[in-house]
Amino acid sequence: MSAENQLLTPDAAYRPRDWAVHPAYVVPGYRSTELRAPSQKLIPLKHTLSELTGPVYGASHVGPFDHDLTRNGRVNGEPIGERIVVAGRVLDQHGQPLPHTLIELWQANAAGRYVHKIDQHDAPLDPNFFGGGRVLTDGDGWYKFMTIKPGAYPWGNHPNAWRPQHIHLSLFGPNITTRLVTQLYFPGDPLLEYDPIFLGTPPAGRGLLISKFDLSLTEPDFALGYRFDIVLRGSDATPFETR
Amino acid sequence: MNLLPQTPSQTVGPYFAYGLVALQYGYPFASVAGREVAAAHTPGELIILEGRVFDGAGAPISDALVEIWQADASGKYPVAPAANEFTGFGRFGTGTAAGNVFQFQTIKPGAVSGQAQHISLIVFMRGLLSHVYTRLYFTDEATANAADPVLNSVPAGRRGTLLAERVAGPGLPTYRFDIRMQGEDETVFFDL
Repeated sequence: MSAENQLLTPDAAYRPRDWAVHPAYVVPGYRSTELRAPSQKLIPLKHTLSELTGPVYGASHVGPFDHDLTRNGRVNGEPIGERIVVAGRVLDQHGQPLPHTLIELWQANAAGRYVHKIDQHDAPLDPNFFGGGRVLTDGDGWYKFMTIKPGAYPWGNHPNAWRPQHIHLSLFGPNITTRLVTQLYFPGDPLLEYDPIFLGTPPAGRGLLISKFDLSLTEPDFALGYRFDIVLRGSDATPFETR
Repeated sequence: MNLLPQTPSQTVGPYFAYGLVALQYGYPFASVAGREVAAAHTPGELIILEGRVFDGAGAPISDALVEIWQADASGKYPVAPAANEFTGFGRFGTGTAAGNVFQFQTIKPGAVSGQAQHISLIVFMRGLLSHVYTRLYFTDEATANAADPVLNSVPAGRRGTLLAERVAGPGLPTYRFDIRMQGEDETVFFDL
């Protein structure tokens, strides 16, 4: 990626963030946005080499069990909860797969409790579940990780507020314009329609955040499967094969 | 040709630390990036970059994640650096240091193709559903700054929010760069 990008002509650029799907900074029902959302308009910046490059991570940054959260936190047994497989493709907007791109993830355990010290939700920690992992896409942009389905948990945004079950995902893509942190939700979750974070996403974007149950990803007698494809910003230029 | 819709951004939330900056927070999980972007043997001037992230009430934010991306001392961006080489990329959460300071050890970047020396920043936090981008320039590069096309695209009255100040003190040369999400001195954020 960067080797190619360093050769891009100065007018090469990536497509803008599509605010028809990305959440605005101010979301009325999400209290923490009030004092944290920028109030001034963003200033346009024409992409330069500084924007068209970014950190590159590879196989050496992924440990042997980093893609399997049912194994990477074991102390004295298996973690409690429903095992699931999550898999999908990472593509750019032109439908080109993004090979060997890093996905970092973190989530609550089956009881809805995070390992993080500041999470004081009165639900048990699981000594055999850590909740952090990472995975690299293969040569065709496919990724797959195994985990425990995260539980819902209450939060202080408003009375009786509950976060729907979700997994946090972080991706770099080819350069810093393609940086993305998002959350994967599950189909049919009744909490989605009450969640100001999910609802802070424009209607056109919401469905893109919900994984799909996929029987073909299910490992028989072992774990259910969910499909979640991720699309990062694409180059403005007409794509052509460079490899 | 129809383009696929981008996957929407969501907030990093309050609990990103053990996934993204685990070692900094004391969790037993390797981190792909952290405070050290450069080492003593990296060519260039070794510096400390530090600051805080403030909310609209002027309170320092204790759960922000700051990422930096920069060129090396000769103005080149690293491509897949080997271990112990300059990475160009750093990541620090504001929940561990006194005063909620973020801090990086890096080198002062060289000028990149017609631009003044600068560092790109990406900032995430609870309450921010889409991340923000900004840039840091150096107050002691006034001549280069005056000719920089990006700085010049910013209204003159707001350019100061993008300048890191060199502060006196013992140890490595230190530059201070605070980020203000709102208010009179709201940091310039870029649409890029």
